[in-house]
Amino acid sequence: MEKGKLWKMFYTMFNLSMFTFGGGYVIISLMKSKFVEELEWLSEEEVLNFAAIAQSCPGPVAVNAAILVGYRIGGIKGALVAILGTVLPPLIILSGISFVYVAFRDNIIVNAVLKGMQAGVAAVIFDVVFDLSATIFKKKDVSYIIVMFLAFVVTQFLGVNVMFIIISCACFGIVKSWYSLKKGGNVS
Amino acid sequence: MILMDLFISFVIVGMFSFGGGMAAIPLIQEQVVTIHQWLSLTEFTDLITIAQMTPGPIAINCATFVGIQIDGLTGALVATIGCVLPSCIIVSILAWLYVKYKDSFILTGALQGLQPAVVALIATAGLSILLLALFGEGVETYSLDNLDIISSVLFIVSFAILKIRKKTNPIHVMIGCGIVGGMIYLAVDYLAILL
Repeated sequence: MEKGKLWKMFYTMFNLSMFTFGGGYVIISLMKSKFVEELEWLSEEEVLNFAAIAQSCPGPVAVNAAILVGYRIGGIKGALVAILGTVLPPLIILSGISFVYVAFRDNIIVNAVLKGMQAGVAAVIFDVVFDLSATIFKKKDVSYIIVMFLAFVVTQFLGVNVMFIIISCACFGIVKSWYSLKKGGNVS
Repeated sequence: MILMDLFISFVIVGMFSFGGGMAAIPLIQEQVVTIHQWLSLTEFTDLITIAQMTPGPIAINCATFVGIQIDGLTGALVATIGCVLPSCIIVSILAWLYVKYKDSFILTGALQGLQPAVVALIATAGLSILLLALFGEGVETYSLDNLDIISSVLFIVSFAILKIRKKTNPIHVMIGCGIVGGMIYLAVDYLAILL
């Protein structure tokens, strides 16, 4: 992988990590807009797959997603560069703030800006939810649509553990794919 | 030896926190407050507040903060490396498997099943952030009386921009909301003091 692409990857990850307010979910939408729509390094399907793997592994979702994208684009070297880009912004910002954290926490300007940003973060997440669910609907397979709504209801209203949902959905997918393979159909 | 303890503590946090930041908080609390007493409970609560106010994964933010308190920049680096190490190993193996066995029926099947689940999980997280933005923290009942009008308008306008202009950079939307929203909130506070 050429140096220019590695540098671009580092710069992009650094940039994305600086704006992952509201947890790892935001980075999925940022990655989609950057790597799929702008740079065209990944397909939308791949981002969904990476989101699924990143979510199912232990550790910070943003770091997991960065490793997957980095490895896919530039092998081990790409993965290391992507991790560095993701980890540096919080490391630098928190190191600085830790010395003045009480002043930062109570600052009215900081609080007002962050309160304003919350609405933007929510809008970005909802935008990506609309786009991603459209990809699920496009598969024209009712069972996936049912799984999506069921998973939402079960996490939102019944508070079922995320791990349970991930394991059962993965098993459902494997069984379904094995079944269609046996019937001689296509896997996907 | 304290650096070794710090490293191991955050390896444990990185290895057992499934499902993102919120799931990591009780684990971090156990390591940092209960077992090692590096921070008091009040300090830990402050830390969580700040970790949520600043960008980046919550676990990395906590690792940096605790590390700095214990041994300055060295501590921060040790804790952060510990926190991402399990991810590096586990996810790298999965990334390798993904590239190699992308077309096997087990991997394709598992991912096909996981995709709708992940959309649902992102929707759940989005909903809780939206409720936080529209009604504020720790609200039990959601009604029109405690709806934040400024935040609602910001949300609707941002969402419309993202939907209408597909190429819009989400980062610009977030910065825009921060600047515009921040100024409005400050102005409202200022007026409230004046009147």
